[in-house]
Amino acid sequence: MEVYLDNNSTTPMNEEVREVYHEHEKFYGNVNSIYQKGIETRKLLSKAYDVIYPAIGARDEDDIIITSSTTEGNNAVIKTFLYNFLQGSEKKHIITTVAEHSSIKAPCAFVKKFGMEVTYLYTDENGRIDLQELEDSIRNDTALISVLFASNESGAIQPIKEIGEISKKYEIPFHCDGAQAISKAKVDVKELGVDYFTFSAHKFHGPKGIGGLYVRNGSPFIPLIHGGNQMGGKRGGSINTAGIVAMAKAMELANKNLNKMYFEVAKLRDKLEDAILKIPDTKSYVDKKFRLPNTVIASFRGIEGEAMLWELNQSGIYAATGSSCSSERLQGSEVLEALGEDPEIAHTGIIFSLSRFTKEDEIDYVIDKLPKIVDKLRNISMTYAKVKSS
Amino acid sequence: MAREDLITGNIWEEYSSKVIDRMSNPRFLGEFSEEDAKKRNAKLVVADFGSEACGDAVRLYWLVDSKTDKILDARFKSFGCGTAIASSDVMAELTIGKTIDEAMKITNLDVEKALRDDPNKPAFPPQKMHCSVMAYDVIIEAASKYKGVDPKKIKNSEIVCECARVTKGEIEEIVRKYKVKTVEELQKYTDAGKYCKSCVKPGGHEERSVYLVDIIKEVNDKMKEEELIKKAETSNFDEMTLLNKIKNIERVLREDISSILAMDGGSVELVDVREKENEEVKVLIKYLGTCSVCNAAALTMHMIEQTLNEKLETDKIKVVQI
Repeated sequence: MEVYLDNNSTTPMNEEVREVYHEHEKFYGNVNSIYQKGIETRKLLSKAYDVIYPAIGARDEDDIIITSSTTEGNNAVIKTFLYNFLQGSEKKHIITTVAEHSSIKAPCAFVKKFGMEVTYLYTDENGRIDLQELEDSIRNDTALISVLFASNESGAIQPIKEIGEISKKYEIPFHCDGAQAISKAKVDVKELGVDYFTFSAHKFHGPKGIGGLYVRNGSPFIPLIHGGNQMGGKRGGSINTAGIVAMAKAMELANKNLNKMYFEVAKLRDKLEDAILKIPDTKSYVDKKFRLPNTVIASFRGIEGEAMLWELNQSGIYAATGSSCSSERLQGSEVLEALGEDPEIAHTGIIFSLSRFTKEDEIDYVIDKLPKIVDKLRNISMTYAKVKSS
Repeated sequence: MAREDLITGNIWEEYSSKVIDRMSNPRFLGEFSEEDAKKRNAKLVVADFGSEACGDAVRLYWLVDSKTDKILDARFKSFGCGTAIASSDVMAELTIGKTIDEAMKITNLDVEKALRDDPNKPAFPPQKMHCSVMAYDVIIEAASKYKGVDPKKIKNSEIVCECARVTKGEIEEIVRKYKVKTVEELQKYTDAGKYCKSCVKPGGHEERSVYLVDIIKEVNDKMKEEELIKKAETSNFDEMTLLNKIKNIERVLREDISSILAMDGGSVELVDVREKENEEVKVLIKYLGTCSVCNAAALTMHMIEQTLNEKLETDKIKVVQI
């Protein structure tokens, strides 16, 4: 059996979405063309927007710029403020968090090279930032606050609405990386009080290579990709009609299935989490009331993350680790360390993320395999031998 | 950058089948107790290396015949990724049947090579080389325990390339011997910097205290300087450039004259050197300390002039006190 539990990384395309995608591949006309083929695709785009705008609560006067991904949207927002700074704006300070995805951390590191300054807010044992610390970090020259909706690793959901209120109070633009939001939470950009919101279709069973960047009307924005007149001149490049239509369908289905996520998926997640915690010397993190309903991050004392991933993989179970050996980094999971774990435990973290297509028999299969894998690896482990002997 | 760099690689796809086999089914996994040692009339050696905080740690168990120093059997326990498990497994196997001194010669490179399917293709990607490094370290740790000596005495503390176990001294020797100017040239003679590449220059996945590029530059700079000095020292004084004449005069003042003057609490300072073509070289000096008030200053000046001419094999130096 194969069980895919890395849905915070990417999701399989929903069958219905795939059909919509293939159905619309034949509409090849350029949206900007004046002849019939162009008119056809323009209509499709307009219909897709009829779904996308309400799906996140955007108003007609706001922009939802279609991008290739959350990463592109995040870069566009951060670099808008870099351009402003390079044009002479005194606003040179960005506030973000240590929990951000690399698509925020990397452009933040980039803008620092030009003289901008970045404050990274720390997170507590539930992976959440402290609102007072956020307020204390605000300066006269703060250009932007950028906080992710939820962590793909810990699943910790940030107090976005409250951050939105603080940003309004100090009149600072607020960007939210919403990659983990759609399909796992109700998103209403007005209620959340965000000025920018970014997302990717492949995180909610849509196609890859298509996403969106919400820009509240009046918020500063400078195109990241200059080109033709596409997206009102805000993002050049030929428009991926089939991708947009399929993304709209995926958003519609994601919102329709939110209850399923809250109750059925969360129930399965809890079943898996309970089974993990029955294994001695394991631990899960982030209070469920602050956590995405599909995510469990757990540590398995004495078992290095990649060794665990390998054994899971041998059993057809696909999960994730934020720690060293799967990459070139030598550190443990930064997320577990941020949640207060010691470095040796931070090397043992495994992230399981479910989707609305995860079945109970799949979770039962994982629950059956996991203790055997843990036993095998702990038998190898010198660390666990030490734990046992102490 | 090239086409192959544009697609992120999967490290697992670069593991040899031997690595995959050993990480899934290690053969020498386990431990020995004092009781096991007693049964086999052997000495039990248990050594740890690495740190769980860094993600890799290994414990090695040896049963050693005290009469022959031969390792009768070996087992390991490991905290680490699949590469660390596979490397530890092969490392344990390689030590069996060897004497302690023979085992100490096993390096992580030997371990990596033993895990290759194809002798010309690495067993795992370069960034995983650090996972096999412990194979060497834990052997040294165990050997030092057996011998009752400090592992630091056994280990060369100046290892620059952990992956290939190459020391700074070895690199300096190669750079000098083959007049190496680049890391690529260096790698014709050693495996240093071929694996994880962290030691090549700053910016790799591990920060190092010293990098190959720096050693190459440092040795080359030193060689250049030595060559100049040698040239200056060995040339005929009369044919030297003014700069080298000054350097040599300074050297003789420092090495041959200062110590004599210091005995009486005095010293001398070189103020200037002036020369005219085919004429004398005027060395202007100033006395310091007791020399500046000494009645025999003229004699001293004569001694300095004589010494300079003698040591530099010339008769053109004329010392003038100012």
